[in-house]
Amino acid sequence: MIRSEILREIAPILRDQLVVCNIGLPSQELHMIDDQPTNFYMLGTMGLSSSIGLGLALAQDKTVISIDGDGSVLTNLGTLPTIANNVADNYILLIIDNGSYGSTGDQPTYAGKKTKLENVAEACGCENVITVQDKDLGPVLQKAIDDRKMTVIVCKCDSGNIKLPVITMDPVVIRHRFMQAVQA
Amino acid sequence: MNIDKKIVDDLVANDISFVTTVPCKQLAGVIDEVEARDGIFHIPSNKEDEGMGLCAGAFMGGKRPMIIMQNTAIGVTFNTLATLTQYYRMPLPMLISYRGELREPVACQVEMAVHTKALLAQMNIPTYHFHWQKDVEELDNILKYTFMCNKPVAILTDANFWGGYGDQ
Repeated sequence: MIRSEILREIAPILRDQLVVCNIGLPSQELHMIDDQPTNFYMLGTMGLSSSIGLGLALAQDKTVISIDGDGSVLTNLGTLPTIANNVADNYILLIIDNGSYGSTGDQPTYAGKKTKLENVAEACGCENVITVQDKDLGPVLQKAIDDRKMTVIVCKCDSGNIKLPVITMDPVVIRHRFMQAVQA
Repeated sequence: MNIDKKIVDDLVANDISFVTTVPCKQLAGVIDEVEARDGIFHIPSNKEDEGMGLCAGAFMGGKRPMIIMQNTAIGVTFNTLATLTQYYRMPLPMLISYRGELREPVACQVEMAVHTKALLAQMNIPTYHFHWQKDVEELDNILKYTFMCNKPVAILTDANFWGGYGDQ
């Protein structure tokens, strides 16, 4: 499965949760598949989905899912020790690990070579790290939500993209409706 | 006057309850004071742009955030300031140690100091410079201004403000 197929499959699970979605194609795909006020689309700032999600989870009680990519986590690798040492049980980091920089033309990442992000996360002190194959993600994600225990999920999948339009929604509108959904 | 206590009193008075820090020698006292306050959640960052991401999330979660950092790191934060903090119109007070200014003992620090104000000006970031201890009296107003206009705002604090480096 490629990322857009995974997002389509887990969209019904994501729908009721606060989601911080990674820059580029992941946000465009989620926006096209199931646009929700509970989705915060990143239009810039590669690498910070996990940090924004952690800050949000630490600031309020609702469950927060950060959808990140292997390339983006590599960009902000310092995020993993920060997550490990500031446990928020309403926080799930979902790393869609397709071993490539999808939004920029599928150049290979080091996670697609020798580096195993699940091992890095564990070495950083993250206590619940689950590696899962694309087709098995749904139940794993649902269980992580139900367990209310901080979880890092590394979902292995194929690289590949679909053609789709950019998000034209104004960033302040995205932020405003997301904050209203947080407070609702 | 205990300058560290005065600064953190102003943060608390302005409902700032989520503070991320990347350390600097000049900021050690204020970071200790942030850590000690019950009403503030202190989360150290590994890098300043990561910290700004945490602050963006905390803001959307209903908290007033702040970052405490050193000016030498300003270069790694520009993309985040432009495409996250400014683009989504989020407030972010940045208490910045202004290394490389008067009473600085480390020559290399001057190399970023000479660029600091120009870079902040290029980013249209309102910037204040504390040189004398009495300048801290403006902090309360600066914090109110930051959360009024929903912008990142820089407060540069030099070695003279912090009382120098002693025998170094």
